[in-house]
Amino acid sequence: MGFLRNEEQRQLLHSAEVFLAAQSPVALQRRIRDGGAAQAMDLGLWQQVIDLGWPAAVFSEDDGGLGVGYLGMGGVLEACGRHLAALPLLSSAVLCGSILRSAGDADQKARWLAPLIEGQLRMALALDESGRHDPQSITTSARLDAGQWLLQGEKWFVIDGLGADAFIVAARLEGGAGPIALFVVAADTPGLQVQPLRMADSRNYAHLALPGVRLHPDAVLAACPDSAQALDAALDLGRISLSAEALGIVRYAFDTTLAYLKERVQFGVPIGSFQALQHRMARLYTEIEMLQSCVLAALDAIDQNDPQLPQLASLAKARASDLCEKAMNEAVQMHGGIGVTDALDLGLYVKRARLVQQCLGDGVFHRARYARLRGI
Amino acid sequence: MVDAKVWRAEVRAWLEAHCPASMRLPITPEEMVWGGSQLSFASEDQRLWFERMRERGWFAPDWPSAYAGGGLSAKQARILEEEMLSLGCRQPQFNLGVWMLGPVLLEVGTEAQKQQHLIPMMQGRVRWCQGFSEPNAGSDLASLRTAAIQDGQGNFVVNGSKIWTSYGDKGDWMYALVRTDPSASKQAGISFLLIDMKTPGITVKPIELISGKSSFCEVFFDNVIVPADQLVGQLHGGWTVAKKLLQHERSAMSKFSEGAAPSHDALAVARPYLYDQAGALREPIWRDRLAQLLMDSHAFTLTHQRVKQEAMAGLPISGPASIMKLVQTEQEVAKYELLTQVMGMRGLSWDGDAFSADEHAISRLLLLSKTYIISGGSSEIQLNIIAKRVLGLPG
Repeated sequence: MGFLRNEEQRQLLHSAEVFLAAQSPVALQRRIRDGGAAQAMDLGLWQQVIDLGWPAAVFSEDDGGLGVGYLGMGGVLEACGRHLAALPLLSSAVLCGSILRSAGDADQKARWLAPLIEGQLRMALALDESGRHDPQSITTSARLDAGQWLLQGEKWFVIDGLGADAFIVAARLEGGAGPIALFVVAADTPGLQVQPLRMADSRNYAHLALPGVRLHPDAVLAACPDSAQALDAALDLGRISLSAEALGIVRYAFDTTLAYLKERVQFGVPIGSFQALQHRMARLYTEIEMLQSCVLAALDAIDQNDPQLPQLASLAKARASDLCEKAMNEAVQMHGGIGVTDALDLGLYVKRARLVQQCLGDGVFHRARYARLRGI
Repeated sequence: MVDAKVWRAEVRAWLEAHCPASMRLPITPEEMVWGGSQLSFASEDQRLWFERMRERGWFAPDWPSAYAGGGLSAKQARILEEEMLSLGCRQPQFNLGVWMLGPVLLEVGTEAQKQQHLIPMMQGRVRWCQGFSEPNAGSDLASLRTAAIQDGQGNFVVNGSKIWTSYGDKGDWMYALVRTDPSASKQAGISFLLIDMKTPGITVKPIELISGKSSFCEVFFDNVIVPADQLVGQLHGGWTVAKKLLQHERSAMSKFSEGAAPSHDALAVARPYLYDQAGALREPIWRDRLAQLLMDSHAFTLTHQRVKQEAMAGLPISGPASIMKLVQTEQEVAKYELLTQVMGMRGLSWDGDAFSADEHAISRLLLLSKTYIISGGSSEIQLNIIAKRVLGLPG
């Protein structure tokens, strides 16, 4: 297990920090929120990110990517968390990119993956059907009808779904009773309805209705023997990526709280001199360092193709999810009254953290999964 | 210096030829060889390994050979340490003298003190214990009161008592903090003395804990005469010496944990109690709680590996390193709490053959583990250290 980034990866992390600090201040996220646009992202910023090659970062040079791996990309995602940058890297590059890479045939890769890596189009994964992440409980059905696929069902909380050029939709074959299969559904497919869902973090989530949508026979991604496995592997990459973002969010909250404790004076002394607060901060620091180790190990496991990857993904996401709740609550409480005002940026981070906590499984989900993986 | 690659190959070949196979297995506390006048070996392999390493001076490979050390450069010694770790070689001798006191004597001891003390500890003839804590000086160590008054010849007359001295009943010598100037403010009036435990006036009493017998002792001093030349560092300058000594504590503690047999594999111990006869989980909530425990331990192991890699790469690690004691000891406590509860009544057995060895062990360890989060700087002291030294919080 390697925890150290190489020179190239460190440079990427550094340039991401510098770029986001200049181009994606929290004020931009505020403007996006207050503007009320459903797509909830800055297309100019996204274009700059494409020019920097971030959507290509995790793909190998053979696939047309930059080959800096996930240990490199993890640093970018952590910076996104720290600067609260809303970018469709998780939905398009990580989740859909990974599925296309493992389950797409040569034609499908040429049609979807190559332009995705280059940033000419972006895609979103349509998976969950209820409020809790539960990739086993898919009821959306697919069957062949007169030489075409017929998809019936609805999808909730499709991350970055509005404005996506196409979706990867998970459905069960044989009219809903069979194994899981993955379909590419272009956004302009007749019958497909994409509606915005307005969530606390003001980001882009969509509801998809598929009322008997008809697809060309080659819409199914079937180049690998087990689609459910390809989906699960992609979800693990997504979980680890979200954990890296969570680390950035939590570190922002911790750092700003620490600075506040040193400057806020009550009873004639900085409140950071009170042991009741010091010990809570020391415990948070401990938790954050442990999360950092888990995130680095999980990112490296992706790059090394480590068989422990699923365990490490659940380890990282469980800790990240729990800390997204605990560290943010502590940050608000230690800020006192100002901590619950909209004027303070912290509130925007709190809302984002709560969505990160739930997306692709919370602590309860991932502890249960980890237990299963350990044979309990 | 010898080329690092050549040296590594040489060291590895020597270790492979001279470290018996049984000395490369994970070690249990009962199998630790402690030097000293009560030195004994449980096996021929233990004796061979001890003597071979002693001959090379590799109980402390980077000490000068004039003091029975290995005379290696810091880099050579680190390579030896890495090769021992990678082969799983046990520590041939456990001795606080070599790991804690020795480096301090090398730095601030007189030539006579080095001659008198370093060589015997390196030969495994003298075992050292630590006399710091007192009944009224625990976390607040600097408030210690054991008095050492100089007589006409400059010798120290020691009166008072020490508590929580590990293996005080087996130690041949003690390094101790004593108060030599009662009028000075706290830290300023303390001196660092070396005390022969056979001196008249010393009484040692083992402490029985809630878990039963323990290695902790009380040590009483009644007009104990300590020769003037056993003062280390300046008179009233003992606090500085102690701070130097405690800098070696972390690496000494890691020698206890590296290569140690896992205390109890939580999953293996818990498994028989989790399922009913049909193989169903008795209480689904245990799955979540056991997973939490295993995941905490997994995260700690990863953090340990990360800190090591970062240290090797020359990155600053004082922040993450400062959390290790806190996390490791609290996780041990959490493990025994959970295992006791999974076992129910059976996890609270005391003795007799109606219970398994695991059941007895878990019951005692639940109680003993309470010492882990108190001794060596309690969890609260660890939190203070993180808050002040790492986070820079005031007060």
